[in-house]
Amino acid sequence: MKALAGKTSKQVLLITYVLIVLLPFTVMFFATFKSMSGLFQDPFGLPESFALTNYFELFRQENMLLYFKNSGVVTLFSITSILFMSSLVAFGITRMSGRKAALLFAFFSLGMTIPSQTSIIPLFIMMSKLGLTNSQLGLVLVETAFIIPIGVFILTGFMKTIPQEMIEAAQMDGANEWYIYQRIAMPISLPSVATLAIFALMIVWNNLLLPLLLLKSSALKTLPLKLLEFKGEYLTNYPLLFSAVVVISIPMIVLYIFLQRYFIEGVTAGSIKG
Amino acid sequence: MKARNGTLWLFILPGLILYSIFFILPAGSSLLLSLTNWDGMTYRFDWVGLKHYGDLAQDPIFGKALSNNVKFSLTVIIFQFGLSLFFAILVMKNTKLNVFYRTIFFFPTVVSSVSIGFIWMFVYDPNIGSLNLLLNSLGLDSLARSWLGEPNLAIYSIAFVQFWGHTGQVMIIFIAGLQSIPKDLYEVANIEGASRWNAFRYVTWPLLAPSAAIVLAYTTIQSFKSFDLIISMTDGGPNNASEILSTFMYHQAFTYYSFGYATASAVVLMLIIMVVTYFQFRLLKADRVVY
Repeated sequence: MKALAGKTSKQVLLITYVLIVLLPFTVMFFATFKSMSGLFQDPFGLPESFALTNYFELFRQENMLLYFKNSGVVTLFSITSILFMSSLVAFGITRMSGRKAALLFAFFSLGMTIPSQTSIIPLFIMMSKLGLTNSQLGLVLVETAFIIPIGVFILTGFMKTIPQEMIEAAQMDGANEWYIYQRIAMPISLPSVATLAIFALMIVWNNLLLPLLLLKSSALKTLPLKLLEFKGEYLTNYPLLFSAVVVISIPMIVLYIFLQRYFIEGVTAGSIKG
Repeated sequence: MKARNGTLWLFILPGLILYSIFFILPAGSSLLLSLTNWDGMTYRFDWVGLKHYGDLAQDPIFGKALSNNVKFSLTVIIFQFGLSLFFAILVMKNTKLNVFYRTIFFFPTVVSSVSIGFIWMFVYDPNIGSLNLLLNSLGLDSLARSWLGEPNLAIYSIAFVQFWGHTGQVMIIFIAGLQSIPKDLYEVANIEGASRWNAFRYVTWPLLAPSAAIVLAYTTIQSFKSFDLIISMTDGGPNNASEILSTFMYHQAFTYYSFGYATASAVVLMLIIMVVTYFQFRLLKADRVVY
């Protein structure tokens, strides 16, 4: 009897928390199907119809497709370069001998203890001097540099577990380092490469600080930067703003549903580094 | 058989160069830049020594940002730590239902902080916000507030959103920690007649210390690095009431173009984070058990 009461109250607690998490998203989602005046009349309830007016306006008048493309390009190139560079470094460190490897690993780990915000002002000045502000290439380079430490940390940890015998056997057959990297180390490390990819995807796609710092021209803006524009000085057009929130979140939500394990592993690996 | 280092450097160099130029170099030059009066625009600047640090100590807005940051971080740390541990204990067993709960609790983590900030700006709206409407419909009209408009309240309203969004994230760390505790220890505690609280106090808690250290350090750093939420919800207002160190730094640099001054505050932020993390690890290591 007592156990049953305990079980029930546990479920009640959990469901309450589920509601606390989901209700704000639900209210937001319903708002995207309302007009501004409709929202003021009934901010909480179901919309009268699921008309896509706001979404159409977003793509027709606000040119959302462009910002979607911008975010896509930056994210895609950043992830590619993060995966490529971190895996090369991690492979090099794992294959190197003793003290040099330890020093290199420590140097890359240093980046995980320095909060990235503390470097943004000199970074901004340097990028301006190099002519790399207002450039997607510049943003990709910086995103890569900021995430490499975590990438090296995750991948070195994994590559260290690759059995030496496999590598030695390949060497007997005359394989060079590039071959070992490409045909042995990478395929075996695929799960942790995927974890890193998802982690990088989340960070880069959602990042506000670096685009805010480096991109000034409206034509290059990424989605989070575009979102800021919807906030009005006096009155915010919430239905339109929230349609934009839905558009920017959909790719993450879809991926989260299918690749949940990698999301959770990626974020956890990223947080352990601090 | 190890490879010759020469070839291996070719693997390491691209990443090493990129990381050194675009991350380490700017971070290192923060220290130097904070000793100058450079405005970031012209080529002229003078060395001003520790002047900026002295000015920071006397700047009432910096003082406010610092005290706001402490209020913000303490609120986030206490609630995020407590709630994530609590819910981790409730959903630690790998049943289908629990996995479903974890999926939902983790969900806000995958949505961008700017989006989260805007959603809550709406929830907190004094006129059409869901929170006040909810309070009104429950007959609690007297509790309705301008959640982001009242200077004494704004920073706590944002702190709530911060831990609302990340409790499910750090909960995962606790679940991993809880699942790694050997079950037979609980059986022993059970045979010895320990109460559930004692089992928690003497078995779970000490063995969970490494996870707790990670959660505590991560939550602290995360709270000091919070930026997107405040920029999207209040931009530091009203009247600097929700300014914290990261937004103070940003506004000094890109609203007032005091690059040297802003960088000095960035260095203070960096030092605070490093000191806090160091002490937390020492504190929690003392409680660690070997088994």
